[in-house]
This record gives sequence, structure tokens and C-alpha cells, in this order.
Amino acid sequence: MVILEVNNLKVYFPIKAGIFNRTVNHIKAVDDVSFSIEQGKTYGLVGESGSGKTTTGRAVMGLENITAGTIIFDGKDITKKQSKTKDVRRNIQMIFQDPYSSLNPRKRVKDIIAEPLRNFENLSKQEEKKRVQELLELVGLSPESILKYPHEFSGGQRQRIGIARAIALKPKLIIADEPVSALDVSVQAQVLNFMRDIQKELGLTYIFISHDLGIVKHMCDDIAIMYKGRYVEQGTKEEIFNYPQHIYTKRLVSAIPDTEPGNREKRFKFRQDIQKEFEESYDDYFDSDGLAYSLKPVSDTHLVALPEKG
Amino acid sequence: MTQKLLEIKNLKTSFRIGDEYYAAVDDVSLTLNKNEVLGIVGESGSGKSALAFSIMGLHTRAKMEGNILFNGKDIVNISPAQLNQLRGDEMAMIFQDPLTALNPLMEIGAQISETLILHRPEMSQKERKDRVIELLTMVGIPRPEYVYEQFPHELSGGMRQRVIIAIAIANRPELLIADEPTTALDVTNQAQILDLIRKLKNDMGSGVILITHDLGVVAEMADRVAVMYAGQIVEIADVFTLFENPKHPYTRSLLTSVPAEGQDKLLVIQGIVPSLQHLPREGCRFAERIPWLDSSAHEEDPVLHEIEPGHFVRCTCYKHFHFQDEAKEAQVHGDTRSK
Repeated sequence: MVILEVNNLKVYFPIKAGIFNRTVNHIKAVDDVSFSIEQGKTYGLVGESGSGKTTTGRAVMGLENITAGTIIFDGKDITKKQSKTKDVRRNIQMIFQDPYSSLNPRKRVKDIIAEPLRNFENLSKQEEKKRVQELLELVGLSPESILKYPHEFSGGQRQRIGIARAIALKPKLIIADEPVSALDVSVQAQVLNFMRDIQKELGLTYIFISHDLGIVKHMCDDIAIMYKGRYVEQGTKEEIFNYPQHIYTKRLVSAIPDTEPGNREKRFKFRQDIQKEFEESYDDYFDSDGLAYSLKPVSDTHLVALPEKG
Repeated sequence: MTQKLLEIKNLKTSFRIGDEYYAAVDDVSLTLNKNEVLGIVGESGSGKSALAFSIMGLHTRAKMEGNILFNGKDIVNISPAQLNQLRGDEMAMIFQDPLTALNPLMEIGAQISETLILHRPEMSQKERKDRVIELLTMVGIPRPEYVYEQFPHELSGGMRQRVIIAIAIANRPELLIADEPTTALDVTNQAQILDLIRKLKNDMGSGVILITHDLGVVAEMADRVAVMYAGQIVEIADVFTLFENPKHPYTRSLLTSVPAEGQDKLLVIQGIVPSLQHLPREGCRFAERIPWLDSSAHEEDPVLHEIEPGHFVRCTCYKHFHFQDEAKEAQVHGDTRSK
């Protein structure tokens, strides 16, 4: 079942200038992006900084003004901010990148996790406490920590608090924006394992936004590669990693460090070849503004941004 | 022929918290040869940056014990003036965050010139400018004459990191310390910067200490690797041995926490590096992370054992270590940790 459908999404930010502060131009943060996600799957949005992946996530979440396009969630059109009624909002939640700045330092854990519950459910004090403790247990923190403040926790534990808050209302879709990039390697692994566990347990759908292709490969079923606000390639994990078609994707894949020291010479050579190919064939893959072309299907699931033939 | 460039003997760097000194680097001994890349791996709090700063003499209030022999000369507790002679000339550092390491109010050219003015006062203005342009070209910056007059905010992250590298290599240092040089960058930039550091190392024959938490970076770059945990080296070996035959539980956990092909669940030891004040100072520092091992598995006073030539492992617990049953691990240790 398709849970989220995004059609021709555009998010433009105005550039204002002059004494009348008129809009002189636009930054096309997201430029004509379409995708759909099946329930229970993990959809990866990959790109370098400034590629528009976070803006896409925030637009679905209802945190950005949408310039054009439609977003259909669970059969309902939620494009307009006003239409994101309570019912929709509780079903889409977000896990933020930085666990140090996304938790209010002056609130106790109890209040942080109970906030969504207080907004949407009328629970008595006792019930609320019980729910918060259940959630803490689910994310692997001790139920006694409800009276602590965020600074008393480590980065990984804070991220778990952020996750507990996101799953408090049993949402259908979670948008995870670089959920582990601020964490150490072994803590990263702990959080990723945990995200997969709760996905199975609660039947969650993830939009997983990341710049780390190794992690995306581990977590995602389908992957889209973004560049300057546009999709350059979209496909299943196997298609993107084993048969990348677009030069930009190839370049990204070639840049992943290999944890096999014996391959380093080979990798170095490979990267140089790809870099050369990138420079030589840049004009074949990008239009005169340096943007990707619109997507053309190469198989049922695999779309690549290639110019029209002829 | 290998020549010793740097030899660290029983280095201990302690910081004062309240009325007590706590050792962030505890009894570290290392050697670095010329034209060698030594990777130092560890997570936040493992003491890897504290070690780098100790070598560079950048800790102003820390207590340092032990010896750091640079070209045979002890540089622990030498005067700041003598240190300034070395820093930026014979040894240099590439910092992690390219935005904060550059002065936002100075043109790029002037920032690179600074180190030349200090260490090569005999250069004329013209020579200096030529050298800066040459450096900018060496690190792969397009249109160097133009960038010379730009400010840091006008450059992208990858370009800024190249400028930092240009400053570091300006005087062809014998020792280059790179502290997480690519952490703040995108992956394609990361690959380019690493290739650049490798190339410069080969050209200049410098010894490089590469500090990182990213095992992929180590696998691509290092000749030898030291793994640090809680201020100590827990394992040191050449890069091939370390990746093929890791011994210490912490090293093994680090290696399996990176996603690899066809792996459903990441094997990882739960928990984090304890903070400076809460470090267990006696016995094996890793013991509390692996409580399912019997205490007899650990040594009373763990030391580095040479198990093969050049492969050192601390403590004896590696002989008995196994990953705990995954399902049980998540539950039991998730709970105990947060208390």
C-alpha cells in the first residue's frame, strides 16, 4: 500500500533585494520532485549539503511553504498547511539531526516525551506517566529517568529520547533527518539497530535522509539521489549501488571509503577514472544551468535523469 | 630504510577538574617513521585529539609527563618560543573544522602568508606571493590568483579545507597531524581531500598522524593503526592485520558497527566511552562494557602484549571475548546503561 505520494513538489525560497524588498529571484531548493513510498519501507534521500534533501523532508512534514505540487498522505491531500489537521500531524513525526539542540534543555524527559501526548490525547497524570515509562523502556532507557534533564544523557541516549518522542503517538510515517550523523560510530550502530527493531515492531515507514551512503545502503529499500534540488536517480538499493547510471551517482558511490585496506590502490584508481569521466561527460548529464534533466525510466523502478535522445 | 621521526614514550597528559588532575592521555607510547601514515582511531572521549594537541604543544594548562622525541629531541615542556620555532615549520596540523580554523576577517592569501612571514623571513614579498599561489595550486584550488584575495566565507567547505591544508604544508613540514580532516565535509570532497593528503605525503616524505573516527578513512589511508579507548592505546598493528585479524573487543566492535554487505544487524558492544572523571583507573578499562565476561579474563594491571611482531593488544580479555547474544544484549544493557 502506498502511504505517501509526492507529485511535482517545488519549494522555492524568494531572494529579496532593493529598497522595496522586492522578490528579485528564487532559490529552487526543491525543484519538481515526485516519489511514492510503500507502507513499512524505508526510503532513502541522499545528497550532499545544499541538495534539498532536508527541505523535501520538511515540506512533507509541513514545515515549509510549498510553492507547487501535491502531497498525498494515506489517501488525503495534505499539501496546504491548513489541511494538515491534527489527525494528519499525529501520523507524521520527525527525528532531528542534532540530539543536542533538538531537546529543550529546561524540560524534563517526562515533559519532552509527553508533549505530543498532551497535544493529542487526554490522558490522566497516571496514564501519561505510564505511557512515558513504557516508551522509555521501548527505547532502552530506564523508566526512572523521567525526572532527568537532557544534559544528563549522552548523545546516543538523547537521540533515543528524540525517537521516543517521535513514536509516542504511534505515527505511520517517520522522517529521520540525518538521525545518526552527530553520533560516534558504535553509538550510530546502536541507534540504527534500534530504529530497525522498532520499525518491525510498529510497522513504521521511514524517510531516511542522509549523506552517508554506507548507512543508507544498510537501512533503505529504495533510494533517491538529489543534486541541486532535483532528483538525478531513483531506484531500489540494488539498482543504485550495483548499476548506477548517472555520473553523479557513480561519483558518489565511488567516494565511499572501503573498509578493506587491500583495495585502496584499486579504489584510488577507480575514483580518478570516475572523476575524469565526470569532468569529461558533465555536459552530457547536466543542462546549461548545471541542473539535472528530468527523470527517464530505465526499468519499472529505476529512474535516471538523462537528456532527451536526439 | 625507515627513519624514526617521532617517538612518544609513556606520555601522560592530565587536565585539572576541580582540585584533581585527570589523565586524558594515559601512558601512551608510539613511534612514527618518515613517510608513514599512522591512523589513530577512537570515539569521542578516547583521548585521540588530546594526544594530537599534546604533540603540538597546544595544551596550555595541562600537566604533561613522559617524553615526546621529535627527531631525537624532547619537545615536552620546552619553552613556548622554542615550540613556535617548530610549529608551522617542522610540524604542522590540519584542523577539523575549516570554518572556525580560518580567520573570517583575513584574505586567504594573507592567512597563508602568515606562516611564511614567521618562518621564512628572508622571502621577499613577491616570492611569498608566488609561493602562496603555488601552494593553492598544489592543493587543487582553481583560479588561485582570484582566491588569494577572497575571504573564507566566499569559499565552500571543501575549498576551505584545502586552504587549511595549504597553510599546514606551507613550510614542507616533516610531521603533519591531521585531526579529523574530513569530518565536516561531504563524501566526494572527503575522497578528494584524502587523495590530496596522500599525494602531498608522498611528495614531501612527511610522517602523517591521521586522527579519525571513520574506519573507512583509516582503511584507505593508514600504514599502521592505533586504536584508543579511554586515554589508552588498546591495540596497534599494521593496517592489514588490524582489519583482517582484530583482537581487542573494542576494535572488533568498532569494525562490526560499520554497515557491511549482507548484514542485517550490526554487531556492537552497547554503551559509550566513559567521561574523564568516571574512567575506571584500575584494571581493564574496557571491563565494564563487557560484563558478561568473567573478571578472571582480565589482567589486574593490563599492559600491551606483542602477540605477533608489530601487533600489540592490551589486556588478556581478547582471548575470551565473544559478542553477547544480540537480543539479550539490547535489553539488558540498554537498561543498565541509563542508570
